[in-house]
Amino acid sequence: MDWFDSWALTLATFLPVVGIVVLAFVPRAQESLIKTVTLVTTLATAAVGVGILANFDYGSKGALQFDPGPKTWIDAINSQYHVGIDGISLPLLVLSMFISILCVVYSWDHFPEPHNPKAFLMLLLVLEVGMNGTFVAQDLILFFVFFELVLLPMYFMIGVWGGPNRQYASIKFFLFTLFGSALMILGFLALFFNAGNTFDIPTLVEQAGNIPHNTQLWIFGGLFMGFAIKVPMFPFHTWLPDAHTEAPTVGSVVLAAVLLKLGTYGFIRIAIPILPEAAITWAPIIGGLAVVGIIYGALGCLAQKDMKRLIAFSSVAHMGFVMLGIATLTDFGINAAVFGMVAHGLITGMLFFVAGSIQERFGTRELARLGGLLVQAPKLGWILGFCAMASLGLPGLAGFWGEFPAILSAYQPAPGLSEPLFRFYMVVAAVGTVFAAGYLLWMYQRTAFGTPKEEFAKEHIHDVHGPEWLAWSPMLALIFVLGVYPRLLFGVTDEAVQTVTAAFRAVGGP
Amino acid sequence: MLRNAFLIPLLPVVSFALILFFGKRLPGKGHEIGILFVGGAFVLSSICAVQWISRPADYTVPAAGHAEESAAAAEGDHAEESAAAAEGDHAEESAAAAEGDHAEEPTAVSEDHAEESATAGAVSEGEEPTEGEHEVEPIRRPVDRQVTWFESGGVEIKAGTHMDGLSVMLVFVVTLISLLVHVFSTNYMHDDRRYTHFFAALSLFTAGMLVMVTSSNTLQLLFGWEMMGLCSFMLIGHWWEEKNNSDAALKAFFTTRTGDIGLLVGISILFFAAGQTFDIATINDQALSGAIGHAALLAAAAALLCAVIGKSAQFPLHTWLPDAMAGPTPVSALIHAATMVVAGVYLIARLYGVFWQAFDIGGGGINPVALVGGITILIAAALAFVQSDIKKVLAYSTVSQLGYMVMALGVGAWTAGIFHLFTHAFFKGLLFLGAGSVSHSVHSFDMKKDMGGLKNTMPITYRTFLVGSVALAGVPPLAGFWSKDEILVGASGNGYPLFLVIGLIGAFMTACYMTRCVYLTFFGEFRGHGHPHESPKAITGPLVILAGFSVFAGFLNAPGIELFSKWTENTTVIAAGVAHHEFSIPLAFVGTLMGVLGIAAGWAYYARNLGPHRLTQRSRPALAGYRFLENKYFLDRLYTDMVVGGIKGPVARATYWINQNVIDGVLNGTAAVSRAVANFTYDVVDQKLVDGAVNGAGVGAEEGGSVLRVLQTGRVQQYAAFLFGAVVLMGGALVLFA
Repeated sequence: MDWFDSWALTLATFLPVVGIVVLAFVPRAQESLIKTVTLVTTLATAAVGVGILANFDYGSKGALQFDPGPKTWIDAINSQYHVGIDGISLPLLVLSMFISILCVVYSWDHFPEPHNPKAFLMLLLVLEVGMNGTFVAQDLILFFVFFELVLLPMYFMIGVWGGPNRQYASIKFFLFTLFGSALMILGFLALFFNAGNTFDIPTLVEQAGNIPHNTQLWIFGGLFMGFAIKVPMFPFHTWLPDAHTEAPTVGSVVLAAVLLKLGTYGFIRIAIPILPEAAITWAPIIGGLAVVGIIYGALGCLAQKDMKRLIAFSSVAHMGFVMLGIATLTDFGINAAVFGMVAHGLITGMLFFVAGSIQERFGTRELARLGGLLVQAPKLGWILGFCAMASLGLPGLAGFWGEFPAILSAYQPAPGLSEPLFRFYMVVAAVGTVFAAGYLLWMYQRTAFGTPKEEFAKEHIHDVHGPEWLAWSPMLALIFVLGVYPRLLFGVTDEAVQTVTAAFRAVGGP
Repeated sequence: MLRNAFLIPLLPVVSFALILFFGKRLPGKGHEIGILFVGGAFVLSSICAVQWISRPADYTVPAAGHAEESAAAAEGDHAEESAAAAEGDHAEESAAAAEGDHAEEPTAVSEDHAEESATAGAVSEGEEPTEGEHEVEPIRRPVDRQVTWFESGGVEIKAGTHMDGLSVMLVFVVTLISLLVHVFSTNYMHDDRRYTHFFAALSLFTAGMLVMVTSSNTLQLLFGWEMMGLCSFMLIGHWWEEKNNSDAALKAFFTTRTGDIGLLVGISILFFAAGQTFDIATINDQALSGAIGHAALLAAAAALLCAVIGKSAQFPLHTWLPDAMAGPTPVSALIHAATMVVAGVYLIARLYGVFWQAFDIGGGGINPVALVGGITILIAAALAFVQSDIKKVLAYSTVSQLGYMVMALGVGAWTAGIFHLFTHAFFKGLLFLGAGSVSHSVHSFDMKKDMGGLKNTMPITYRTFLVGSVALAGVPPLAGFWSKDEILVGASGNGYPLFLVIGLIGAFMTACYMTRCVYLTFFGEFRGHGHPHESPKAITGPLVILAGFSVFAGFLNAPGIELFSKWTENTTVIAAGVAHHEFSIPLAFVGTLMGVLGIAAGWAYYARNLGPHRLTQRSRPALAGYRFLENKYFLDRLYTDMVVGGIKGPVARATYWINQNVIDGVLNGTAAVSRAVANFTYDVVDQKLVDGAVNGAGVGAEEGGSVLRVLQTGRVQQYAAFLFGAVVLMGGALVLFA
């Protein structure tokens, strides 16, 4: 299937554009048609994804596949259209497609005010283009284009369909992330000029070792800013709670499930492989900020009165575990990070779905007013409990494999990194698991246990229904399956991760 | 069956799923499935036990270090599954509680037949242990079976079962008690608001415990450990409508999770220290042979001890267990007496090589394990005296007895500790179920207010409860005597005199508070309401069975018989060189005396009203001491109010304040400054300066024009005059400068 090999990734990225174009011609009033077109588009994209999964050569997961070679794109700056995936990007690409479908399904009869499904779904498709593109791009400018592309639809999603404070939240999100990206593009340009006038990522991985150490440090700093804000890492995280709280449910889900992963992916794909020496110098700082984020995020959660904001802070904490895994620069650590990305995407995505459903039924997200969900909507309560347990890293569910290997890897970080420091990080991260149990179960107690408050006691709260089951069942199933059979993911990522860390065994020395 | 031991945890997992999906539709609301499957697991466990006992004891354990060769060879014998599905013996609660989401249906079981770790034979045949200070008796070879679970960083992580005497003993005990609790609950939990869920959770819990005790590696052990934590949370909070029940559930989960920090850290340290493996046998061997550096070993053992303190409710993390009595009594009997709480004891026993080496348990004196156990014995026993709730008495008693088990392991009396775990499961389970029987009848747990005189109205319950209490008090020839005595013998023989004394004092206290408990409940006048009567067979049946075990189980390790030792002592224990001591009649006599004196003292004080009654009213120190006990040493104030309350209150709010005002302050400040600069740039620079210049140029031109316009009068004479004037000026200039 040579044709497929060359075109699969381009198709996966740009197929949603076809949907956008079609939607542009559909009249605004024909809502069913709009939703159907969007669903078909996302399903078609996912079909390409399935094809990619099937044709992926699992024998060489470390190598770039579906790579038709660089094609001329912007000759003037020597930027090429170069796409390819390996064992690390594959799960993330699939996650992105998967979440997109589920969001469309969930939205079927859950449109936030001020309605207008046409615009909303078109923006969703633009988001998908950006997300898929980021994960397949192998050229820095191409990566940058897709990385930035997701900002605009998200801005509008929050700004138009969001909650009461949406103007502030959307602008904050947009400008803050853009600021980081500005520094990031400076880094990219510096790489271009210092490593042989190329933006091609595989080439840079080979050549950038020649850049003098100090320059590497600065370049890494620029990249760090761009990615760290996106992750988000402490102390650049403050856009996240506002964005998540104000965004409509589907927006929060996409934001949590995929957009945050663009930052961590950037670290693994670009910053670390291209600049391994700088990575070793920066790793302790990254690790430190990561564990601060774990504890800080947890404490922030405990202070929240709004359920969605609580879940938003929990994202900061979870991404702390992911970044700790990355900071150790080891196989276990980065494997944990990729697993954690996928797991967090599924679990926190589910949590936001549930929060959105609760808000829809009760009209509020205030923990003080909620209670007794298990009495009035038991299935929803069970699902919330399941997700809470998954989020706190219970073994047997996906979240565990994002947390425990990260803690494990911190005991023996890559050569060149300080063992005592990382072991200290390890203990702090382990303490973080207790905090995670704290805020999640306390939230659960206030929401699901007990009896309904007077305000809602007489209301009829309907339990989980059709589109919700349809959208959620795959995620719930995956959370469980990945939890007991992590090989599904580790088997795909391991080789590719080893390729990345091989650089450290060489650089750090025995 | 030993090779297929994975079925034993698998059955309850399947049971959990089936009950959750189909339980409500069945006539028995799901308890049929639970009893059937757990009963099945019990049958399989019994088969395992029989098979284990009839195994030939022909494996001579090589000295530590040489076991590496046998372990390495044995590893090679474990056939590995490369691409096939992993064991389906873990499951979690499924949220898709209705329409067919059978995600937890176990995946295809590995067909591979791993061999028993029999290659040890190749090494040990004819090989004498080089450290020959003690005679090494041959033991039964354990049976291992593993599959590959996943790979990471090139390291293969396996999942599998490791069946030796310890695991066989535990699966037997766990499935037996679980089965009896299931039967008990059919009556006790009748008409409960969530009957089906209760049985589902019981099944899942049983599965978790079984996963833990059969696991061959620390990662899988962690899975079982946490599964049990989840089920404990679900079951303690079974009646979650009332806040104090959900509070108790959260408290249990948080406290054990705090200890679990140590478990995560300890497992991580051991993984790397033992050469990137989670395999327990390898870890033990590496520890004993000195291949693991002492610093790492000590750190790991200390960390694991934290986990034990949390899960097995040792001081100072014991505070969750009495609160956990908020859950239904069958739960207390199963989880908080016989099974889950002994998980910590099991952890030490299983990884004994690590603890033995790290704390030099063979050396005598004092070590952290024994100290923790010893302190717990006394502290908890003291608290049992001031409880009026019968379940709380039993809860503190459990904490105290767990202290005995931990102390036993700490003084090098491995078999004694495990044996006490064995006997305690029976009589403590019995006591809890007995308390349940009483409360079923009088609808209360308060001994002082609602009980009394029940020995006539509830004869079976009374007699079995009495048997359990006497067994707990350590009076021969009941079970508790034999296990407790072995602990004392170990303490004295291994050079731990302090803990011998603690053990004896504890025995006295145990007998005394149990006498109080029995007296208040069964003797005197009935103080409650209604007409109590004996409970039905579903409740008294299990009581009688457990009473039987409480009487006879002790003989299993009586001097001369010592079958229990022979069956359970495993590779690690032998390789470590754990010593055996002879039964000592004087010590047995002193121990029994302590128990008898305790009963006598208790009877004298509570039944006959002798002794210093009303002391607390006469003596200030006594009152203070009593209040101190009543308030549980103020630990709950410290933990719940100060630590937890502090963190989730002021500390969290302060952090959030920093987030909103400092970090966001910088952000918003930057934005405000930017806007101010922008406004300045626009208002002042752009509008006033730049535009000012632009407009100024325009105005200037206009003004200039206006001025010059004055000259434009239209009068020719004026123009001629100007012309003439200009010519004069120019002529003058020419004349002057030419």
